[in-house]
Amino acid sequence: MERFAPLLDGLIFTPARNCKLTLMKEYFRTAPDPDRGWALAALTGELNFREVKASQIRALVMERVDETLFDLSYDFVGDLAETVSLIWPSRHGVNYVPSLSEIVTELHEATRIDAPARIGRWLDALDPTGRWALLKLVTGGLRVGVSARLAKTALAEWSNVPLEEIESVWHGLAPPFADLFRWLEGHVPRPAIEGQPTFTPIMLAQPLEDSYLGKLDPADYRAEWKWDGVRVQLVGRGGQRRLYSRTGDDIGAAFPELIAAMPGNVVLDGELLVMRDGEVASFNDLQQRLNRKLASSKMLAEFPAWVRLYDILEEGAEDLRPLPFDRRRARLETWFASAKPDRMDLSPVIPFRSWDDLKELRAGARERSIEGIMLKRGDSPYVSGRPKGPWFKWKRDALTLDTVLMYAQRGHGKRSSFYSDYTFGVWRDDELVPVGKAYFGFTDEELRRLDRWVREHTVDRFGPVRAVEPQLVLEIAFDSIHKSTRHKSGVAMRFPRVHRIRWDKPAAEADNIANVERLIT
Amino acid sequence: MSIAAPRPETWIRTTAAGLYCEPGDFYIDPRHPVPRAVITHGHGDHARAGNGQVLATPETIAIMQLRYGDGAGAVLQTLSYGEALTINAVVVRLLPAGHVLGSAQIVLDYRGSRVVVSGDYKRRADPTCAPFEPQSADLFITEATFGLPVFRHPPDDQEIDKLLHSLTLLPERCHLVGVYVLGKCQRVLVLLRRAGYEEPVYVHGALLGMTELYERMGVALGPVLPATGAPREALKGRIVLAPPTAPAEPWSRRLPDPLVAQASGWMRVRQRAKAGGIELPLVISDHADWDELTATIEEVKPGELWVTHGAEEALLYQAGKMGFRARALSLVGYEDEE
Ligand SMILES: [Zn+2]
Ligand SMILES: [Zn+2]
Repeated sequence: MERFAPLLDGLIFTPARNCKLTLMKEYFRTAPDPDRGWALAALTGELNFREVKASQIRALVMERVDETLFDLSYDFVGDLAETVSLIWPSRHGVNYVPSLSEIVTELHEATRIDAPARIGRWLDALDPTGRWALLKLVTGGLRVGVSARLAKTALAEWSNVPLEEIESVWHGLAPPFADLFRWLEGHVPRPAIEGQPTFTPIMLAQPLEDSYLGKLDPADYRAEWKWDGVRVQLVGRGGQRRLYSRTGDDIGAAFPELIAAMPGNVVLDGELLVMRDGEVASFNDLQQRLNRKLASSKMLAEFPAWVRLYDILEEGAEDLRPLPFDRRRARLETWFASAKPDRMDLSPVIPFRSWDDLKELRAGARERSIEGIMLKRGDSPYVSGRPKGPWFKWKRDALTLDTVLMYAQRGHGKRSSFYSDYTFGVWRDDELVPVGKAYFGFTDEELRRLDRWVREHTVDRFGPVRAVEPQLVLEIAFDSIHKSTRHKSGVAMRFPRVHRIRWDKPAAEADNIANVERLIT
Repeated sequence: MSIAAPRPETWIRTTAAGLYCEPGDFYIDPRHPVPRAVITHGHGDHARAGNGQVLATPETIAIMQLRYGDGAGAVLQTLSYGEALTINAVVVRLLPAGHVLGSAQIVLDYRGSRVVVSGDYKRRADPTCAPFEPQSADLFITEATFGLPVFRHPPDDQEIDKLLHSLTLLPERCHLVGVYVLGKCQRVLVLLRRAGYEEPVYVHGALLGMTELYERMGVALGPVLPATGAPREALKGRIVLAPPTAPAEPWSRRLPDPLVAQASGWMRVRQRAKAGGIELPLVISDHADWDELTATIEEVKPGELWVTHGAEEALLYQAGKMGFRARALSLVGYEDEE
């Protein structure tokens, strides 16, 4: 715990990805085994023990602290774990600091009844940061701004082993990952994962600029629709079945109907969608499923999942990745015709002759489930990562809205003296409703000017946030907009960015909420 | 307090201008200009400009002169720690409060009745100022800035280690530490030196004058350089001290990839530090924490306790549990107007 607690503490305060990586690398370099393996499991969300409830923690602290003082403190601090970690009276003579592995091992053995007493003993011995880290650990969900992929990236940078290699063995390993660390430190060869349903890092496409098209020969490329869902990999191997996200997270538990529908002995690449009566539902519907770790029967009925297949990577024991795209496509079609899997179909190949043909098709595709077009070289093998050249994604033009700047927040690091994160809104009658946040899309010069404008038009301050006069119009570009219960305005934008700053446009002429609602998919 | 001694509330009370000692006819840390003021220490909320006669420790007088020039007061009178001065019928003494250089508790004796006004104080060792001297009192008026049991400041060296560790881990980033001009800045400097950090420390222009004053008063701070005007490249991996507002100001754009730290007791609460955009919170405080407040009350054993400055409710409750008669000072003030 001596190293793990400061690691969590550092991660929660550090906004920059690079610095988070530095903290994790330092931890993996210096922490002993098996602690670092358990820490890795905690960071990647693979520590599973029965969570302790907030009411149990409160009961525990009430045995030791005056209730009035606790309530006054809780009112001030506003967070239970933090209040408890700070107010917990340290006990003299209790100074044996438990290691992370001792804590994890004991919690695995603990019952609902005796877990609180064990936690109480540890709280006695830990310092406030240790207590806070322990409480985060036992109440579930670290929420320190680290994804499983970022933790794996730290492992890769620390060990100089490519991230793809780590991802490809990951699901064949289990906490506390002793064999993984021994491999990463060069003591043993790569852990054997043959026959296990591991993830194969997926192949990604480069974005395509229209101007670049002239350099490509249409005869070399095949076109497919780019569906507005999430990329997934289906793995059936050795009698086991897995569904992975594009970053290699196992999301099978949330999609039991797909796991049930999956044939064995095949690895497929496709787009996860919600499909109703043969129609692709909105991304927002898919989001309902993605937001949950488990699916209720109601969710299964209301938001039925589907996979539209793009590619085949493995069939039986045969690795198909070295084959050219055209051969893999033929294998995919043959396999599909004989396997006839439920809840899946093939993403069609779009015939075209010239780029102009394709441009027309792309412009004509008004279906909201289509994000654009994928171009894949007919001779391209399946290569993990984002190689330059073989695959392109050619997105549809972005949507835009004229919005009014409402709040600006200071950035971090290089941007800490700049108001660089902008909350913007649209009109509802004569009131502004915030609809999104953007923090890129402008040049350094524009940032300086925006920052000056914010400082000169501030009407209120809340910590690092300033409310500004509703006068500046920001033209915001975004890929799509959806209904959302998680946002106050009831809508959520995908990839909002500042497209243009309309210094010239009167705020009254910005869009209103009806304009926004028309764009909702 | 002898049988005939007057009860403290008969001769000291709050007014619109602040705490007023009637038989002495002077105010303590007045909020508005008054003819005669006794000042606990140089912080802006205690030492204000424009008073007539001003009495304080020599260090506090020097600090006020640095801050206000001629506005420091019409007549400035110094009183060293422990010396007694009779103002009308009231004997005034100043005792170290351990808060910042020159900070004092004000001890007032009047006809066998004693009032001690703590001013701001802390109990842990601070190499930049004299330590707090507890004094028994009939009435003790204490601050309560950190009057909640969630405030237990960790050892200073632990926090300084956090800063130095971050510096070795992220040697490309300039470490911008927010500190108050008076006290915190100089204390952080001395703590860094004690931790073996001998590199020059760069400071914001607003801190230079006070830092020089500390040096003149005999507090050695090691090499200190102005941050303004230093080449950007030279500030990589350096510690820069600046007022807590500086990270938000265009001034900080001269710094290479600044990592924003702040040295303050408020940094104990994560949510608060995070909301303020702090990346490296350093819990270093010049105010007593909960344990220091309660231990001090126990030690002073006042006949009565008045609590001011901050989270009064919890400390009043705790003092009651400890068997002391306690009131919030603001309430005492309102009573006068009824
Ligand atoms: Zn003060
Ligand atoms: Zn104060």
